[in-house]
Order: sequence, then structure tokens, then C-alpha cells
Amino acid sequence: MLTNFAALEVGQHLYWQIGNIRLHGQVFLTSWILLGALLVFISLGTKKMENDPKGLQNLLEFLWDYIRDLARTQIGEKVYRDWMPFIGTLFLFVFVSNWGGALIPWRLIKLPSGELGAPTADINTTIALALLVSLSYFYAGLSNKGWRYFEYYVHPTPIMLPFKILEDFTKPLSLSFRLFGNILADELVVGVLVFLVPLILPIPVMFLGLFTSAIQALIFATLAAYYIGEAVEEHH
Amino acid sequence: MLAFNFFGATEGGLFDINATLPLMAIQVVALTYILNSLFFKPVGNVVEKREKFVSKNIIEAKNKLSEVKKLEADLLTQLQSARSEAQRIVSEAENESDKLYKEALELANNEANASKEKARLEIESQTSAARDQLSKQADDLSELIVNRLILKK
Repeated sequence: MLTNFAALEVGQHLYWQIGNIRLHGQVFLTSWILLGALLVFISLGTKKMENDPKGLQNLLEFLWDYIRDLARTQIGEKVYRDWMPFIGTLFLFVFVSNWGGALIPWRLIKLPSGELGAPTADINTTIALALLVSLSYFYAGLSNKGWRYFEYYVHPTPIMLPFKILEDFTKPLSLSFRLFGNILADELVVGVLVFLVPLILPIPVMFLGLFTSAIQALIFATLAAYYIGEAVEEHH
Repeated sequence: MLAFNFFGATEGGLFDINATLPLMAIQVVALTYILNSLFFKPVGNVVEKREKFVSKNIIEAKNKLSEVKKLEADLLTQLQSARSEAQRIVSEAENESDKLYKEALELANNEANASKEKARLEIESQTSAARDQLSKQADDLSELIVNRLILKK
């Protein structure tokens, strides 16, 4: 029975060797397909922009508004414009990756090793995103407040210093592992259920997975915006 | 074979971190720039242009509304003043006509009284003239009678 779990191929990768660096090919393949679809979708929607939005443009404007509200509430009125594209890209990338991984029957495509799935179910992707968020909030803080950014570490009292330093490590760690864990767990649960009971029973779990995927995208983008907002916030 | 090869994997495993990480980071940064020029900027321009248009129109409409209200108030005060003016004119005219009527009435009364008085005086004078004449005739007659009587003696 347990040996059957091997059919899930957890931790198997499609390795690409370029020079002496090794890549997880399946992650790039799925991300290129999904991002390609996203870019096509966006190009179609923004091809003919009108003052009276119709069809796709409506949807894209709604999305834009949603991302703007997210960035504005977390980062603040002053600098949210600079960070809106980054927050929006994080949201769209994570959302498209999660939903693409959950909705498209990747299993039908056979790879020599590993299997296609959500790019966010690979630890490399989530760590990359989390590190970008870390770099962003450092950059945001330093570029907005200069060296005064480090006042944040002793605010409101210097006792906070070790905790705030620790936070710089826990932030990317929690960001990356939360996303990775949720998406991988969802894929595994659906995979196991499909394997054990191929009919009907996995469907509610699949819906739950779609729900989790959307929530995780929102959480990731909101937290990234919150960290940037925290870094640019002025203490008095 | 169980494939849960978690930690310390040199080949494969869930936590196999390699060059996928930096490349994915570069890809996401590139995606940020692409989405910025393809999505966030154009859509933002359209949405913000429309928001400006709408807020401008709202402000204009509000200005117009306040102008209309001001004009309405102006008109109302004008109407009220016109109404009171009209009332004033009407009452003035009424007073005037009343006065004229009274004057005419008084004049007519006076005239009537005067002519009545005149008539009375005339009647009186005529009466007295007639009385005088009558008494004169009576005197004449009495004188005649007396003369006759004396002459007969």
C-alpha cells in the first residue's frame, strides 16, 4: 500500500543541466505556460482601452482596482504607487501559479522524471519570491528614509532590537514556507484522494484547494505590502 | 519505492534548492517590469483618467447645483419683493381711490349743501319779499280803506 505513494512522485524533479548549474525544469515549464497565458490574457484585455470599459477590460480594471486597494491600505497613500506593480505581480504570479496548478490536468502530460504542477509547490519559487519581498522592504525603507530606516529596529524601545533582527529572518521564512506548504499539501491531498477514491470524493477537496490557492495569493501579496508599508512608515 | 526524500538530499527531494531559485527571482523581476508596462501603467492611466473625469464632473455638477440654488433663492427673494411691492401698490391705489372717492363725495355733498342753502336763501328772500310785498299791499289797502273812510266823512 505505502509503495503506491511513489506514484505521486513527491520530491522528484525534471532536471535541466546548463553548464554546471541544475534547474528544476518542470517549474519553469509550468510557469512559462501559465505566465504566457496571463500575458496573452492581459494583452487581449488592454489592446483596445476605452473610456467605457467592455468585456475583458472591465475585468482587468477590477483587478487593477483590487490590487491598488490592497497596496494602498497596506503601504499608505504616499508611496503605494511605486510598489503597486511589484505587489500586483506577486499577487498575479502566485494566484496564476496556484490556480493553474490546481485547475489544469498536468498529470496527462508525462515527463521523463517528476511531474508538472503549480510552480509555487516548489520551494525554490517560494524562497525566490520571499527573498524578493525582503529585498524590497529593505530597499523601500532605505530609499524612503535613508539611514533613519534603522530607527525602526529600536522602535519603540531598544529592547526590541533582537526581535526585530530576528523578524528579518522569520519574515522570508514564514512567507516562503506558508505558500510552499499550503500548495504542496493541497496537491498531495488531492493526489492521494484521487489515487485512493478516484470518483466524486476528491471534488470538495479540490474546491477547498482552489479556495486555499486564492487565499494564499492574497495573503502573500498582503504580507509583502504590509512589510513594505512597515518599512516606509514614519515614526514620530 | 517511497519518494519522501526530505532533507539532506543531493539529488531530488522536496527541499532541493538550486539555481532554480535565482532564475525564478530574475523571472519574477522581469515579469514585474513586463506587467508594469503591459498592465499596471495602461490600465492605471485609463482608470485614473476616468476617475479624474468623474470627480471633475461631480465638482462641476456640485458648482452648478449650488449656483442653481443661489439663483433659486435670488428668484424667491425677488418674487417676494415683487409680491410685497404689488401689495403695496394695490393698497396705495386703494387708499388713493378711497381718498378720491371721499373727496368727490365731500365735494358733491358740499355742492349739494351749497345749492340747498342757496335755494333756501332764495326761498327765504323770495318769501320775505313776497311777505314784504303782501304787507305793503296790505298797508296800501288799509291806507286806501282809511282814506276812503275819512273821505266819506
